[in-house]
Amino acid sequence: MKKILSSLFLLALLSPAWAQVQRGNLLIKNGTVITITKGNLENTDVLVKDGKISQIGKGIVAPTGYQVIDATGMHVMPGIIDAHSHIGLSTINEATQPNTAQVWTGDAVDPMDVSIYRALAGGVTISHAMHGSANAIGGQCETIKHRYGTIDAEVMKMEGAPRTIKFALGENPTRVHGEGNSIVPRTRMGVEFVIREAFSEAKEYMQAWDAYNAAKGQKGFRGTPPVYDGRKETIADILKGNIIIHCHSYRADEIYMLLRVCKDFGIKKLVFQHVNEGFKVAPELAEYGAMASVFADWWAYKFEVYYSTAYNAAILTKNGVVTSINSDSEELIRHLYHEAAKTQKYGGLSDEEALALITINPAKQLGIDSRVGSLEVGKEADIAIFKGHPLSTFTIPMITVVDGLVRFDREKDADDQRIYVDPKQVVDNATFHEYKHNHDNCLEGAEMTMTKLFGLN
Amino acid sequence: MRKNIRIILGFALSLLVLVAQAQNPKGKYGTFALTNATIQTVTKGIIQNGTVIISNGKITAVGTNVTIPQGAEQIDCKGQWIFPGMIDGGTRLGTVEVSSVARTVDNNEVGDIIPQMKALTAVNPNSALIPVTRVSGVTTVLSAPEGGLLPGTAALINLHGYTPDQMYAGFEGIVMNFPSTGRRGFFDRRTEEDIKKAADKAMQKINDAWEKAIQYHKLDSATKGKGVSYYPEMQALMPVVRGEQLLMIEVDASKDIQAALKWVKEKKVKRVVLCGVQDGWRVADEIAKAGIPVITGPVQAVPSREYDRYDRAYANAGLMKKAGVTVAIRTANAENVRNLPYHAAYAAAYGLGKEEALRSITIVPAEIFGVADKLGSIEVGKSATLFVSDGDPMETKTNIKQVFIDGWQIPMVSRHTQFYDEFLKRDPGVSKTQK
Repeated sequence: MKKILSSLFLLALLSPAWAQVQRGNLLIKNGTVITITKGNLENTDVLVKDGKISQIGKGIVAPTGYQVIDATGMHVMPGIIDAHSHIGLSTINEATQPNTAQVWTGDAVDPMDVSIYRALAGGVTISHAMHGSANAIGGQCETIKHRYGTIDAEVMKMEGAPRTIKFALGENPTRVHGEGNSIVPRTRMGVEFVIREAFSEAKEYMQAWDAYNAAKGQKGFRGTPPVYDGRKETIADILKGNIIIHCHSYRADEIYMLLRVCKDFGIKKLVFQHVNEGFKVAPELAEYGAMASVFADWWAYKFEVYYSTAYNAAILTKNGVVTSINSDSEELIRHLYHEAAKTQKYGGLSDEEALALITINPAKQLGIDSRVGSLEVGKEADIAIFKGHPLSTFTIPMITVVDGLVRFDREKDADDQRIYVDPKQVVDNATFHEYKHNHDNCLEGAEMTMTKLFGLN
Repeated sequence: MRKNIRIILGFALSLLVLVAQAQNPKGKYGTFALTNATIQTVTKGIIQNGTVIISNGKITAVGTNVTIPQGAEQIDCKGQWIFPGMIDGGTRLGTVEVSSVARTVDNNEVGDIIPQMKALTAVNPNSALIPVTRVSGVTTVLSAPEGGLLPGTAALINLHGYTPDQMYAGFEGIVMNFPSTGRRGFFDRRTEEDIKKAADKAMQKINDAWEKAIQYHKLDSATKGKGVSYYPEMQALMPVVRGEQLLMIEVDASKDIQAALKWVKEKKVKRVVLCGVQDGWRVADEIAKAGIPVITGPVQAVPSREYDRYDRAYANAGLMKKAGVTVAIRTANAENVRNLPYHAAYAAAYGLGKEEALRSITIVPAEIFGVADKLGSIEVGKSATLFVSDGDPMETKTNIKQVFIDGWQIPMVSRHTQFYDEFLKRDPGVSKTQK
């Protein structure tokens, strides 16, 4: 008995988040259900039990105690997933070195960021809270579920989501380190070197540990273990296939470079982020099985995206690359359905293809497609309900559900949705974001270093 | 034999098409008859199954009972719509190529009071951004300077032409950045006190310049232009002081809007438009009462305050309109000015309504800029600046089929379409030797 109690206690210690995540029971009645993977179902109900979809069909009767949402005339689709975001984080760039694989945005999750609520108001239920792009090998990232309302950062994290890490190629890492600090990388040659060096050293580190682990059990062994190195531990986990690389990239040459490097080191799990010139190497990406997470139409805000096109997502999709549309922005994340719809103008994607870009495809890129990204029995009940077709510019997201709980309701929510109010904050404190679009948001937090170093921004 | 001839002819034709595609496409001037179209005139309702005649750069006929002139190139628009070209009331297009590359940014000159700096001078007719914009049906934009308190003179341009003069669309206005008590972004970490001090100091500079401009105008009037020496700042401001030119006041925070309205009243500024106006909904009644129009946007924006309702920026235009304000919509962008109809669509969905949203990117900005005799609607006598689409341009599914600017048929090609054509099925693919 004592043993059972203590193991229960241990279990509670090990998984505090699992215990606190709230899950709801819900019946969504009579909507047009867009399943993504299994077509559209008219006048259909979705039953949610304990945070999971338990039944999809017609004429389902709600068990007692279930919340019922009348979705007559509305569209019911899976919660939108953003594979590239920085909301819900108090900081994003550990810009101090070209390789900071040891850090993790999971240590900087801010569950009280009102941007999470605003993302919910755009039907987004999951975002990939990424490290910035100041370094060639940035920190590890966190996949968060938009359980807005909690003040516990652990509850915000999507339990069991695969580990991911941010890499970055091109102008950002070369500006911050080469131009800013006169250390490698200053060029795209240097970026390749930083990555190859990290992989090679981690390989040696891994081999040293393997040798030690094999020898230590043997009789008469007198050696010492290798010195622990958090950075190499992380890179070794990439080599072992335990971490998905999400690489900030723009130009075709640098994208191709990383494909070659990953091939040399046997790394399969690779997603390119932004990847504005991905369309130029679409056959290579498709052949490798690398995926792409792109902007719908951002271009020309910096030189490395000057020779790009809004047809990128369509070209990648039609070449067989698993593609998603991301935001990288607290603004854009609120209308990813609209961003996805732009692929119908630029390349004529079908409704199914366009909606996959913000649901099942980003789920694949984050390694969570068995749990979310489509409306199927057994999957987690992350659901967005729209008035009007979600690909119409006139659509309005009405209700957003996470784990079977309504987290956004346009009709019922208050205007002020902050969880925490700074008592010292001036009440009439307005911020008017400059409309000047001259960067991706991945350099946020690195700008202080850069002002100091060479007066940029 | 006849079959063979057909095949040969077909082959020759396809070769011709290839040759035509290989050349850099040019605009085409002439007489065009756009027939069988649904015509959204904007000002005079919708005409079903109608015809628009374009001749000598102008719209010469609109309606269902139109005689097609001899020699006109007939374009069958069955199942398609004709709209007036969309007008973006505030952009950086033409003067900025790549925002982060300083050497390509020409709308931000050194100095606080420099109204004599002319955006039109720095408009690059060969900007890669221009074709990308116009093939989406945005034909006309205000290219505005930025930076100091009076950063320069904005110009309305049509997005076709090889010199700024060929592009000039008949309006120039003086931009004023009204001293702001809001923050400019996450990086703006000044104290409240510092912000206020900076705003007060800026206001003083503007007032000094305005006073000087009045003196300059008086001296100029008294001496019939002979008694004044070269003073470019004041020469640029004089038409505004005289009420001959529009003053475009860039202002966002509610208390700054109130201060601007008060300033305009005190200084008796005759021709004014407020630009940006992100907090407009907070003081909409006051703007309406002052009878000053606004050019607001971007619509797809986050609220200015953490405690504001999430959709305030979407709803702003509609709330102002409801209070009686004349509202035009802008993107405040350069490379993605093509998204103007989507900004309007968001305003439409969140309260402005579709009809008014369309007006806010056509006839309303044309009226604000005083060019409604030429632009903003499909009417006889106006400039043939319009487009043909297969649906509502505010919907992303809609494709723009034809664009005409000043009567020129615009090639439907841009860097973006060219990349699509080249890379959709890249050749060679993965292997250079195997097909």
